[in-house]
Amino acid sequence: MTEPTTAQAAITIQPLWRVRLRLFWKSLKANWALFKENPVGLVGLGIILFFALMGILHPILMNTVWDPTIYDPVTGYDFDILMHPAPPSAKHLLGTDPLGRDVLSQLMYSTQTEFILGVVAALITVTIATAIGAVSAYYGGVVDTFFMRLADLVIMLPFISILIVLSALFNLSMFKLALVIGVLSGFGGTTVIIKSQALIIKVKPYIEAARVAGGSDRHIILVHFIPNLLPLSFLYMMFTVTGAIFSEAVLSFFGLINIRMSWGIMIHTTQTAGYLLSGGKYWWLVVPAGLAITLLCSAFYLVGRALDEVVNPRLRQR
Amino acid sequence: MTRYVLRRLVQIIFTFFLFQTLTFFLLYAQPGDITDQYLLNPKIPPETREKIRAELGLDKPAYLQYVQYMKNFLTGNLGVSFSNYPRPVIDVIKERIPRTLVLFFSATIISFYVGFALGKLLAWKRGGVFEYGTTIFGVTMYTVFTPWFALMMIWFFSYKLDLFPTGKFITPSLWRNAPIDANHVFYRMIISGLIGGAVALVATLLLRRSPMPWRRFTGWASLLAGVVVALAPWVSSPLGRYALDILWHMALPILTLTLISFAGTMLLTRNSLLETMREDYILAARAKGLPEKVVRDKHAARTALLPVVTSFVFSLAFAIDGGVITETIFSWPGMGLTLLTAVVQEDIPLAMGAFSFTGILALFAHLVADILYAYLDPRIRYT
Repeated sequence: MTEPTTAQAAITIQPLWRVRLRLFWKSLKANWALFKENPVGLVGLGIILFFALMGILHPILMNTVWDPTIYDPVTGYDFDILMHPAPPSAKHLLGTDPLGRDVLSQLMYSTQTEFILGVVAALITVTIATAIGAVSAYYGGVVDTFFMRLADLVIMLPFISILIVLSALFNLSMFKLALVIGVLSGFGGTTVIIKSQALIIKVKPYIEAARVAGGSDRHIILVHFIPNLLPLSFLYMMFTVTGAIFSEAVLSFFGLINIRMSWGIMIHTTQTAGYLLSGGKYWWLVVPAGLAITLLCSAFYLVGRALDEVVNPRLRQR
Repeated sequence: MTRYVLRRLVQIIFTFFLFQTLTFFLLYAQPGDITDQYLLNPKIPPETREKIRAELGLDKPAYLQYVQYMKNFLTGNLGVSFSNYPRPVIDVIKERIPRTLVLFFSATIISFYVGFALGKLLAWKRGGVFEYGTTIFGVTMYTVFTPWFALMMIWFFSYKLDLFPTGKFITPSLWRNAPIDANHVFYRMIISGLIGGAVALVATLLLRRSPMPWRRFTGWASLLAGVVVALAPWVSSPLGRYALDILWHMALPILTLTLISFAGTMLLTRNSLLETMREDYILAARAKGLPEKVVRDKHAARTALLPVVTSFVFSLAFAIDGGVITETIFSWPGMGLTLLTAVVQEDIPLAMGAFSFTGILALFAHLVADILYAYLDPRIRYT
């Protein structure tokens, strides 16, 4: 191999941001390769992408193929069919509900809102809880006392009353509801559990070693505490998504929030019309919404599981 | 440690006081008040509604009502429930909370044990059909829609198999000629259950010191002792069949609740145990030649138990709050639906009473969880 022997030709100086970008891209590809190894994570990601696609397709379908008077998820009504709820047919792939609206259209419309609800609530909760848990376990003393008492207070406050008051003061859309649920869960129970995990990390020898080596508080928290807390945070991400979607479904049950359409409302309509227990006969009224809830929540769990192995090298099955 | 507990108790009092203030004003801030349910009733004109409001003290400004409530609370008087009018709040709570608590405590304890055992197995044997199958089953159970699932359980077990009753607390036809009423039988059942539990706990502590071949059965032996002690007074008494009736009614709700909630504990345990399993002391224990089960249960599981214990203790504290749907579907006459209606109708004394109860439980649950950490992981110390 012939190469120039002078020093100048061998190295090209690149700007710092480009170097950082390249390193980031490299680590992203390495992490993606790790993530891909586990079929579980891919299944989860696939399900999430499927739901995202459903959510995006709905407005497109509404504007092109579907006639709004028939297919609108809230106000549609199909006059050509005599008996509602009608079983699935070529025109209504998942049948119609007792009020004559197309079930598939409702499912796809709600996907957007449920997605926003789940993802926003989960991200806010987990970010707040991990940050506060790590900080309060690390510093101890007054900071710890303050945050733990605040967590106690948030846990004890009646959730339903807060929602009633808030819905009277503001018009609660899904996004604002997601914010409220996210903040309340973030400062509440999840913080306490993550802090208990952080306490275990705090007493490990490598933390002391890091401090002796001169690591600042910020460095120890960001580089040592938070990555070790991430598996638990991901698990709680799934719990929060499930909790948020369930809270919304339960609140729709009791008529306490004001949103157009959601999976909870679909099940509620079925129940008030009396078809909830029909077993196999009116399956298209219950199964799509219930299955959608189960699938979306499980998908977040599976992705969290796969992310565990990316974040914590000791968990990899090698 | 004692100084820590004392400091926490002082903080508990302060937090509880703050919590009461916030909850009172939150309840008060809800639009409308208790008399709004009479708005559509033509027989109750606005003047009568004003009179009702004045009699209940609702026309005074908020801070005066608050001061009055706190003064009464500190002397032990929880007030009179607005929606069940002349009944004092204490009566309503005393009647309904035990039923809710018993149902949810039992379900939480059982689901915790099942979840913990399964989680241990999941983490220890990774890969394979067992792990995938159990994880999928657990996650499905956790995310399934509760009312639908509960109704399906009733349909399957009560209607199709006719094993359990469809709901409610007692079978009226059996109780028509009973010498004492159901509440008293229930209180006595709770007392015998608690005594049985205490006996089981004492037996566990005593049997720890027994010689090796018998020590493996400590858990089962103490459980058996507890069950025998709890059931003994009922087998011989004439009230036995009434107690059995109540137990029979409790079986299906507990089964359903356990199935729904075991997955949470199971997944949490699995995560936590996977972290602990890679530690050096597990390797050392194996190198010493200890059997796998001992390594798993005595060394790995104890440290893995910390987040699980926190979650368990908090679930216990939330027994009252989580019950509305289940209690509605099984028609179990407990505190859940009463609390929800109290909040929505603005029955302030009843809602405040119930929330105070939950609040105290939650605060003490947190304290117990903190004390348990220090016990379970000796490296954790409180200054």
